[in-house]
Amino acid sequence: MNIRRQLTTFWRIILTGAINFIRNMSIAVAAIAIMVVTLTVLLLSLIINTTFSNTISQITNKIDISVYLKDSDTAAQTDSLIKQIKILPNVASVQYLDKAQVLKQYEAQNAGNQQLALAISETSNPLPATIHIKPKNLDEISSIKTFLVQPNIMALQSNPPSYSGSLEQAINNITHATDILKKLGIIAVIIFAVICVLIIFNTLQMAIFNRRDEIGIMRLLGANKAYIRGPFIVESAIYGLLAAVISIVIINSIFVTASSTLQATTLGLLDIGYATTYFDNHFWLFLTFQILIGIIIGAASATIATRRYLKFKLKK
Amino acid sequence: MILLDRITKTYSKAMGPALNRVSLHIEPKEFVIVVGESGAGKTTLLRLLTREEAPTSGKIIVGGMDYDKLRDRDIPMLRRKIGVVFQDFKLLPNKNVYENVAFALEIVGASSHEIKNMVPRVLEIVNLSSKAKNMPLELSGGERQRVAIARAIVRQPKILIADEPTGNLDPKHAWEIIKVLEKINRFGTTVLLTTHNVAVVNKLKRRVVTLEHGKLVSDRAHASYKL
Repeated sequence: MNIRRQLTTFWRIILTGAINFIRNMSIAVAAIAIMVVTLTVLLLSLIINTTFSNTISQITNKIDISVYLKDSDTAAQTDSLIKQIKILPNVASVQYLDKAQVLKQYEAQNAGNQQLALAISETSNPLPATIHIKPKNLDEISSIKTFLVQPNIMALQSNPPSYSGSLEQAINNITHATDILKKLGIIAVIIFAVICVLIIFNTLQMAIFNRRDEIGIMRLLGANKAYIRGPFIVESAIYGLLAAVISIVIINSIFVTASSTLQATTLGLLDIGYATTYFDNHFWLFLTFQILIGIIIGAASATIATRRYLKFKLKK
Repeated sequence: MILLDRITKTYSKAMGPALNRVSLHIEPKEFVIVVGESGAGKTTLLRLLTREEAPTSGKIIVGGMDYDKLRDRDIPMLRRKIGVVFQDFKLLPNKNVYENVAFALEIVGASSHEIKNMVPRVLEIVNLSSKAKNMPLELSGGERQRVAIARAIVRQPKILIADEPTGNLDPKHAWEIIKVLEKINRFGTTVLLTTHNVAVVNKLKRRVVTLEHGKLVSDRAHASYKL
């Protein structure tokens, strides 16, 4: 009997919240509009940050160290060198290209240049066998450099490794820039998230402030805190749910419009193509995430905002 | 049923006490009218009974509940036992007439069957059956006051407190409200009515308690009243 009564009360709270939502439509529209804007900004900043990170890792993936071997190096010496490089702590991958493969690659890269092709065909292959090393972390490239410039290792090389000189400076610059961009991206998302929570909380607090008399009347009639607060929580959670769905629809429309109207797939460092694919691939995750965020912020804001009107302030 | 023992309520020392050592004993099923000019302390008295305020000193016992021993969480339970009709109606603006009355039952966990049974009956008593679906803003002052009465009596409380329920009404509607309160009293509910409507007091011929500047200056059975 008691459980039945509690279920009835629970159902009444849900129903009252839904009815209040419909009857307070003007406040609802304003609150939902603000929640839509903030949730949209939050998710867009998350997607943009991920897209930037992807662009940055694409750039850093292209950076490697090339070790040019002497033609006189034996296969055993080459194998030994590759093994030694592979066990270095900061090495992500090692790729060995023999002279023929290097030539083939060079020809492919210069396919349009017939004079160069002719010149190469008239001489024996001048290009050295090459080892391409991809570092795990650009910051710690110097540990690989230290290994490669040892006299016994230098003795196996026809030319100094290609990270040296101006390219080393470029690598350092890129490393520095990408680090800053990644940190800025994370900070931006966190700041947006905090602002979103504050804006939504204040909006709902205003909406509940307008109805503080209603809360006072319910208290005078003897309603307990849960029964007064419940419908406000349900109402705010409905705001959050609707705002999340509308926000996802808007973001989807932005990507659909951007990919159909923009000629290029990138806008500066922002890879629109990647962002669209990333959004499409994670659509259901984002929808769930937005709905949960919307409902949780809505319900939490209502809980906190109603608290001050539910306290008994008896003065003697 | 209601016992006030030397109650004093002071809001600020500069203003002096709103109620000054007021003692009052009301028996079950009594109909008591509290009269007095504006600022005499009538509303303060009622706010003490509904525990919207706590007395500065003195003792209050209502329906066996000693207010000194009440904890915050007991206050909703106390208020459920007392029906209150407010001068400014205090209807819930987002609920229609039926829902406003049903709300009083919902908060005590009444079943849907009880609500469907009780609310139409009470609306019939206050003659508002035809307005059940109307929102408070669509009603006249008298109709709103009758909704407030319906809400106060639907739980069949042992005590009904009515704070100047005729204050905003014309004489015809005021008398309708008083007739409803008399009917409720005949059913066995203790009624405590505050008013400064002389006509109402004289016509009712019930016990009259007079407050002046926070002091109880007279307490007479079947009294008439002159301003």
